[in-house]
Amino acid sequence: MSFLRASSPHAHSALTTARVMQWVLLATLPGLAALTVFFGIGSLINIALACIFALLFEAAVLKLRKRNALIYLRDCSALVTAVLLGLALPPYCPWWVVMLGVFFAIVVAKHLFGGLGYNPFNPAMVGYVALLISFPVEMTQWAAPSTLSNASASFPPIVESLTHVFSHDTLDGYTAATPLEVLKLREGLTLDTLYTNEAIFNQARWAGVGWEWVNIGFLIGGIFLLYKRVFTWHAPVAMLATLTLCSFLFYDAGGSQSAGSPLFHLLSGGTMLGAFFILTDPVSSAVSNKGRLIFGGLAGVIIFVIRVWGIYPDAIAFAVLLMNFAAPFIDYYTVPRTYGHNRAHRVTKIKE
Amino acid sequence: MRKIWDIHGGVHPPENKIQSNQKPIGVMPLPDWVSLPLNQHVGAPARPLVKVGDHVKTAQLIADAEGFVSAPVHASLSGKVVAIENRPIPHASGMQAPCIVIESDGEDTWTELQPCENYMDLQAEILLEKVRSAGIAGLGGAGFPTAVKLQPDANKKIDTLILNGTECEPYITADDVLMREQANDIIAGAQLMAKLLDNPRILIGVEDNKPEAIKALTDAAQNTAIEIISFPTKYPSGGEKQLIQILTGKEVKSGTLPSEIGIVLQNVGTAVAAFQAIKDGIPLIERVTTVVGRSLQIQRNVHVRLGTPIQHLLSQHGFDENNCARIIIGGPMMGYTVDSISVPVIKTTNCVLVPSEDEMPTPPPTQPCIRCGHCADACPANLLPQQLYWYSQAQDFEKLQAHHLMDCIECGACSYVCPSAIPLVQYYRASKGAIRQQQIDKQKSDRARLRFEAHKERVEKAEAEKEAKRAARKKAAEEARKKIDLTKSQPAEKSDTAKLDPVAAAMAKAANTKADPADEKAKIERNLESARNRLARFNHQLNDARNENDEARAGKLEPKIKQTELKISELENKLAQMAKT
Ligand code: SF4
Ligand code: SF4
Repeated sequence: MSFLRASSPHAHSALTTARVMQWVLLATLPGLAALTVFFGIGSLINIALACIFALLFEAAVLKLRKRNALIYLRDCSALVTAVLLGLALPPYCPWWVVMLGVFFAIVVAKHLFGGLGYNPFNPAMVGYVALLISFPVEMTQWAAPSTLSNASASFPPIVESLTHVFSHDTLDGYTAATPLEVLKLREGLTLDTLYTNEAIFNQARWAGVGWEWVNIGFLIGGIFLLYKRVFTWHAPVAMLATLTLCSFLFYDAGGSQSAGSPLFHLLSGGTMLGAFFILTDPVSSAVSNKGRLIFGGLAGVIIFVIRVWGIYPDAIAFAVLLMNFAAPFIDYYTVPRTYGHNRAHRVTKIKE
Repeated sequence: MRKIWDIHGGVHPPENKIQSNQKPIGVMPLPDWVSLPLNQHVGAPARPLVKVGDHVKTAQLIADAEGFVSAPVHASLSGKVVAIENRPIPHASGMQAPCIVIESDGEDTWTELQPCENYMDLQAEILLEKVRSAGIAGLGGAGFPTAVKLQPDANKKIDTLILNGTECEPYITADDVLMREQANDIIAGAQLMAKLLDNPRILIGVEDNKPEAIKALTDAAQNTAIEIISFPTKYPSGGEKQLIQILTGKEVKSGTLPSEIGIVLQNVGTAVAAFQAIKDGIPLIERVTTVVGRSLQIQRNVHVRLGTPIQHLLSQHGFDENNCARIIIGGPMMGYTVDSISVPVIKTTNCVLVPSEDEMPTPPPTQPCIRCGHCADACPANLLPQQLYWYSQAQDFEKLQAHHLMDCIECGACSYVCPSAIPLVQYYRASKGAIRQQQIDKQKSDRARLRFEAHKERVEKAEAEKEAKRAARKKAAEEARKKIDLTKSQPAEKSDTAKLDPVAAAMAKAANTKADPADEKAKIERNLESARNRLARFNHQLNDARNENDEARAGKLEPKIKQTELKISELENKLAQMAKT
């Protein structure tokens, strides 16, 4: 009779990596719903394509790396990357753009660095930035919100959207500037004038038609994940806090030099998606809670700086990648104080 | 309510205590034999005092403590010693160790005990000696000899005695039921221990998931100054360092003992054992053990004699071997598996857990660390388990030490929460072992180096001395030569060359002696003398050989005699010539 020899602990909590990933997928639903309501099925198509390509690439690379594809595919991490990329890309993106983005994310950013757990950069953001630099035109055409009354048309019917995705014509008739772009290109108008004149603002409650709800959707998903303790609050809260603080400091009473209100910054662009779904990617972030506060806080500042003074209207991807670079240094200086030691230590020195 | 502190991290695994803590403590029928390991405690193994074939009585001393940190062993039933040999012991490695095996005579006849009613009047030294000779070692898990912890140290004032009734491990309820049933003994034991430590304040810490135990203790402690403190249930509150932090807010400095900050911690079971040892004179031959797990029909706590094979224990509780996934000694968080059911219950065995496969499934395949940080949030020592894992894989021992791996208490909270099911603690144990080995090796090589250096120094010193002597001899030789030169008025240049070259000096010396006829004559005379002696001996031997008709020996001797005779005549000739000149 032989009994199992195993090392303690013998009990294990029910949480598994696959389960964590599934929760993340589930949590994207409110935001995705808002995207679909306001911008049509473009994001759904993006995500579907991205998922297919992600699974194909993942399986192929695992095969090349002689890993058991079934075991590794089950952790769902490739799907999470695909969904996040699909959400970040403009709706109705051409299929090859999606494919290239997934290629950069899965093959280059993830597997060339050693696979899940070893990638220093957030794969979805690497894919996004690679696309943004290579195809600036395709990457900056956002569909117009369907409810915008004076838009030339609401979002394209299904057949037309598919033709657009699989052929090469542009989405011309259906695009509109995003609130961040409108703010950036307003040429000295005060915020008040802007909010009364621009349809995207005057038909909205806080920060632009559609966008505010998309952000609220992701916020809800994020709160769900916090409640499920998938990640700690430190990075997202720090990022939102510094972003709020910066926009408050540069609000300038809404004058012609104003950089936008705190509420505007919190609810436009990829703020909430970035805060709760991108920045919280554990692999490429700082490890300790203190480190994550710094990590998120600095990301918020970078986002604000690029939004206001940079050439790109939004900056989540750049901010996250920059902070990925900084993560090892942050870790280095934020090792927590161990029980029974007087001070936090520097990990370079061995204390006798 | 007094203030309590919180510890960092911690987890809330399913408690699973209800299975075993609802029944009173049962009593086990005696086993047919017991196997008592000589080392059931931390420290040096005990030294056997009995031989195979001896008859022993229950509670008789059969092995005595060897050294300061050690504990004696007593027979846990009466019968015959049938073996003193290596037997399986409860240990994670599945190893064997020396045990005294006693076959029961079924009588359970006890030796005469020495109870003591007015024990509180005894001197502290006598009490301490009683605790020591009762073989009591910490019953909570580690098994540190209790008397050593209670030994007062003039340099360290102990201001707090903490009794640990936390029992934070899931499944285990041995202390829980003990506190319910024997609260008075615990209080009495606590007071006894306090007396040994020069009357510090006494705190008893119990997690708030044991309301009955808390009530029983509070009732028992009514007219005393003992404080019963309950605090929120969280694993691992019962860790020594954690409990100290919860009750006092103090931290035990890394690498030191709690006594350093004036605290001594004892398990509640140990307090009972100490009390019984002193009042009733009963040494530690029995303990309360939780027998639990879904492959049993009955799950409860029992009083069990030490040395009882767990096979006996399990079979008394309807054990279904085929339904059992693993046998765990201890709880699910820190216990270890054994693969033989013949291992005995020892002083530290607080639980035997035999879960079924669906109760504790085989762990899923490990997945890569996603650096989610759940482990760091759970770690009571505030370490970064994911980094430790990383460096353990890389075998980067320096970084591991820099990240304070040695402060890991192996509680398993990190592995428990890890969504990638990484057996983190296993890695840490391996790395700790390697680091310890490295330190031992380093010490050894340091010692070897010191030894080598000392040796070198000695050799050098000896060389120097020799050199000095040689120089002195040379000088002496020269002076002697000068004297000879002067007396014989030899040419001066010869002595000059000799001064420069010691070899030449030696040769000159040899030439000089040869030139001395008196010396030469004496030498020849000495040689002649010994040759004559030799000849006489040989002749004698030849006679003997002839008498015994040993022709072979005689044949060998004859040429030798010839040779010696030749030598003698040669020397005589020389002498004759000398006399002429
Ligand atoms: S809990 Fe597991 S997966 Fe998460 S950081 Fe720790 S070791 Fe890695
Ligand atoms: S086993 Fe060590 S590293 Fe893991 S939680 Fe416990 S103390 Fe921390």
